[in-house]
Amino acid sequence: MSTSTDEARLEEQFEAVIARHERIEPRDWMPEGYRRTLVRQVAQHAHSEIIGMQPEGAWLTRAPSLRRKAVLLAKVQDEAGHGLYLYSACETLGVSRAELTRMLIDGRQKYSSIFNYPTLSYADVGTIGWLVDGAAICNQVPLCRTSYGPYGRAMIRVCKEESFHQRQGYELLMTMMSGTDEQRAMVQESVDRFWWPALMMFGPPDDASPNTARSLAWGIKRNTNDELRQKFVDMTVPQAERLGVTLPDPDLRWNEERGAHDFGQPDWDELTRVISGAGPCNAERIAHRRRAHEDGAWVREAASAFARATKEPGRDRAQVEQAPGSSLRDPDGRVETR
Amino acid sequence: MTTTPNDTSPRAEWPLYEVFVRGKRGLNHVHVGSLHAADDTMALHHARDVYTRRNEGVSIWVVRADAITASSPDEKDPLFAPSGDKVYRHPTFYDVPADVPHM
Ligand SMILES: [Fe+2]
Ligand SMILES: [Fe+2]
Repeated sequence: MSTSTDEARLEEQFEAVIARHERIEPRDWMPEGYRRTLVRQVAQHAHSEIIGMQPEGAWLTRAPSLRRKAVLLAKVQDEAGHGLYLYSACETLGVSRAELTRMLIDGRQKYSSIFNYPTLSYADVGTIGWLVDGAAICNQVPLCRTSYGPYGRAMIRVCKEESFHQRQGYELLMTMMSGTDEQRAMVQESVDRFWWPALMMFGPPDDASPNTARSLAWGIKRNTNDELRQKFVDMTVPQAERLGVTLPDPDLRWNEERGAHDFGQPDWDELTRVISGAGPCNAERIAHRRRAHEDGAWVREAASAFARATKEPGRDRAQVEQAPGSSLRDPDGRVETR
Repeated sequence: MTTTPNDTSPRAEWPLYEVFVRGKRGLNHVHVGSLHAADDTMALHHARDVYTRRNEGVSIWVVRADAITASSPDEKDPLFAPSGDKVYRHPTFYDVPADVPHM
């Protein structure tokens, strides 16, 4: 009796916070559906950052110069950091890190479809930076204002770092475009492969995205999939022109009336196939993540054992070593035993 | 972590640490996020790698999350009430003529 009254009061407070565009924080009461939606979205986002290291990481040992290698290493390391910011936000919703890792490698939680495509040439490193990180930025900038505090704060940190990712990719492609015909062809071929999968990163069209309305009402999402996709196309077209590549869409053209570009639809059946596990690299990505996790088990166990073994004795030893004055030391620095 | 017969403590999840970073001299340490580590030293190293890759800090604190005592949202009103009715703690409480300089 009083429970349902309490719950109604809590729900009212929650709705009031959302209506004022304030943030929900971890210890606040929240509807179970809100929590579940967030766990799914934030976990999927975290997994995407972690799996996203693989397509580019594969090129680390074959970078064309030391400069490119240092840049790519820093970029891939950033993605690991993004994954950690997001796992840390997700854990405030009451799921454990171990559970999240298990749900990824068991295939119970998803990651962005884009990372199930292969990277066939070094031009793909540039294209990913430009288009994939570019699409991610479009998606993530509005999420800085998401209604769940820890998620929004993680997004702010991520967005600060993403612009380096996009710029290094664009610069790489610019460099190749000023090279030989063969290099220019590599860039065009890469853009041809990544353009449609990049558009799919925003998810299915609005009329096929039944959960969007509720996520918008809760302030988890701030824009619909189609709005973000449109914004991405409008941002990217002039960049493609400046680069000198053709975007592989015969329907792409400026619409004066709308003040926006018209463009063709990606193959949504392909997106469904890739999401359900049948993309070119799904099995490889998960197998790699699983192997890394299992191969790292002994390191985690050794670190735990070391932490236990050194806990108190370690503190004592440090104090003993600092305690004696210099007069007690041998000329070689050893402490004399009394 | 679910407990299975093989799930002895070495495999249990590392404790959670909250991370605080002092952005530059003269500023407070500010909470930036959390991470898991086997011990305090590892927590510091991880905090450096995860939260200060671009010189975001000159000093880091890590503290085990289970060592933090927090006010709960339900206590919010009584806990913060003492300052709620003390508007005289704010400078705008005082009427000072606009032509008084440097105030
Ligand atoms: Fe990222
Ligand atoms: Fe990125």
